[in-house]
Amino acid sequence: MAEITLVEAVAMAQARAMQDDPSVLVLGEDVGKDGGVFRATEGLLARFGPERVRDTPLAEGLIAGMSVGLAAQGFRPVAEIQFMGFVYPAVDQIVNHASRLRNRTRGRLSCPMVLRMPMGTGIKAPEHHSESMEAMFAHMPGLRVVIPSSPSKAYGLLLAAIRDPDPVIFLEPTRLYRAVKEEVEDDGEAAELDRCFVLREGTDITLVTWGAMTRETLAAADALALDGIHAEVIDVATIKPLDEETILASVGKTGRCVIVHEAALTGGFGGEIAARLADKGLLSLTAPVRRVAGWDTVMPLPRMEDMYLPSVARILRAARETVNYQ
Amino acid sequence: MRAETDIGPPDLDPNHYWPLLRYLDKAGAAIAPLSEALDGRDRLIPLYHAMVLTRTFDQKAVSLQRTGRLGTYASSLGQEAVSVGVGASMNKDDVLLPAFRDHGAMLWRGVTMVEILQYWSGDERGCDFAGPREDFPVAIPVASQAPHTVGVAMAFQLRRQKRVAVCILGDGATSKGDFYEAINACGVWSLPAVFVINNNQWAISEPTRMQTAAPTLAQKAVAAGIAGSRADGNDVVAVRDAVSRAVEEARAGRPQVVEALTYRLGDHTTADDARRYRDDAEVSARWQEEPILRLRNYLVGRGWWTKADEEALIRDIRAQVDAAVEAYLAMPPQEPAAMFDYLYETLPPSLAEQRRLAEDGDG
Ligand SMILES: Cc1ncc(C[n+]2csc(CCOP(=O)(O)OP(=O)(O)O)c2C)c(N)n1
Ligand SMILES: [Mg+2]
Repeated sequence: MAEITLVEAVAMAQARAMQDDPSVLVLGEDVGKDGGVFRATEGLLARFGPERVRDTPLAEGLIAGMSVGLAAQGFRPVAEIQFMGFVYPAVDQIVNHASRLRNRTRGRLSCPMVLRMPMGTGIKAPEHHSESMEAMFAHMPGLRVVIPSSPSKAYGLLLAAIRDPDPVIFLEPTRLYRAVKEEVEDDGEAAELDRCFVLREGTDITLVTWGAMTRETLAAADALALDGIHAEVIDVATIKPLDEETILASVGKTGRCVIVHEAALTGGFGGEIAARLADKGLLSLTAPVRRVAGWDTVMPLPRMEDMYLPSVARILRAARETVNYQ
Repeated sequence: MRAETDIGPPDLDPNHYWPLLRYLDKAGAAIAPLSEALDGRDRLIPLYHAMVLTRTFDQKAVSLQRTGRLGTYASSLGQEAVSVGVGASMNKDDVLLPAFRDHGAMLWRGVTMVEILQYWSGDERGCDFAGPREDFPVAIPVASQAPHTVGVAMAFQLRRQKRVAVCILGDGATSKGDFYEAINACGVWSLPAVFVINNNQWAISEPTRMQTAAPTLAQKAVAAGIAGSRADGNDVVAVRDAVSRAVEEARAGRPQVVEALTYRLGDHTTADDARRYRDDAEVSARWQEEPILRLRNYLVGRGWWTKADEEALIRDIRAQVDAAVEAYLAMPPQEPAAMFDYLYETLPPSLAEQRRLAEDGDG
């Protein structure tokens, strides 16, 4: 079994899905010969040919919209948007069509498509290449929004997303694309959607996060452990639909919670989790729920991106204050 | 046919490159010979029936709205020839991707009046067509069905099926990137797709000249490297000819744009009052060109249609429409849980609680 990066796991999952199911197609800008600008579709053209691996014209609305047409016809398109900053023209198709085709036809037509795209900051990319807009998609009924946090999760969750009968927005943290390697077996095993993963068990505080921020959050948990504070770390993974049970159960045990995300604080998905805790977990809380998030600023250009990203120190401060709250 | 090298100078004459196809003049006289494939009682009378049905249904829908028994409705008054002509030019297993004013095409393809009424009353079940199972429901976001057409056509191409995806969209829709992105992509991949532009001269209050400086909409196809043509959209024979030729070209891998020139005789929708932005005189003049009388005059002139035929048809169609209205009004409403039941194939557990609350009337 080989050690691979997250971006290689994304390519491996797509290859596996294409091999298993002839209705799976890959499309997007530069996904063919170039293998995608991040190489997330590397090798697919050579293996599966230009009918199933399609370079599209440079038109995001088209990419999403034609995927709706293909999916309604029974194909399973896996479409790449080159960067999340360019997804907005495609949002019309996602919110107005992909997410509601099944509902508006009362099940006559459906939309088993995946729209994949890199998200987030941390790789010193140019303007418009670094935002985290997962909460925007999470607000749209009828979608699944999935964010992997490791190579093995990327493989398992992407396979699950491709096999899912409904549209999935699959957000790949660019910062993790090549950050770590992990042994991932190409066994065709999908991971479970709509479930949080408990990355580390603990009894004193629950740290809830997803995507790239799992790294800083785990580092904070390590530091807390040195002080004898046992943090439970939850990787939400599928932010929509939300597995609130796992989060409520954890907070029921620890009584304390800090939510960590890279996206801007206001309207961020952390607010939804905090609201669920207020609604259904208030009596188990022994301290206010805190959020550590990106600032409510325009995403800075690369020279200041580290000042934007929530740091281990910020997470630690919030966690300590929460644990010490009387 | 224009030659490849013939692509015009900036002052190109649209009438030379995109001549307007017309067989029947305003009065219903044939100004060009109708080929055997277009002419004849058996070919034309079904088109006439369908146009009369579309108009009768349409008038009934408007009156249902006026009396509080239907939601906002987009009338197709005056545009019956475009809609019916498109429907009649498709094979059964082709797929239609309509806008929201294409009742004639939908009815021709087997969508029922009850379904159309249900949809415009605000009931999703009206999009669960019992007839053409693969046809798309109406697209309310203007031009957003154009990219779907690319995907459907690509599905046919991938499966080596000789089927065509037919998109209908308005003149206003051609201003959107969706339209250009779609025709452009169809050109790149030689997809079996036809885009019929229902140019009814208006996009709500904006006349076509506020959408574009291009003298025709058909010529937009040039930029996508595909063929464009124009037909008189009030002459169902011309629409039928132009669209069926386009459909057969597309079936052979040559995507097409067809601009059908017609006129919106009614308000934009029942929520609109067109007198705010256009003269009654303009509308009255356009009534002289409307498609149903035109075809009837031709049929009568050929001795294929009599007063008795007309009376029988009206009686028959009124009965059909009345029966549909009755069936529509008798449909029981949906249960609140239906909001949840088609959201995903399987309802995620996290939504079960909301579903239960909705069922309990906690709306
Ligand atoms: C993207 C979008 N913008 C605005 C509207 C509101 N709207 C509905 S119909 C319409 C005009 C459409 O004109 P056209 O494409 O010519 O079609 P027609 O109504 O004439 O059939 C507008 C602006 C809409 N439905 N979708
Ligand atoms: Mg119009």
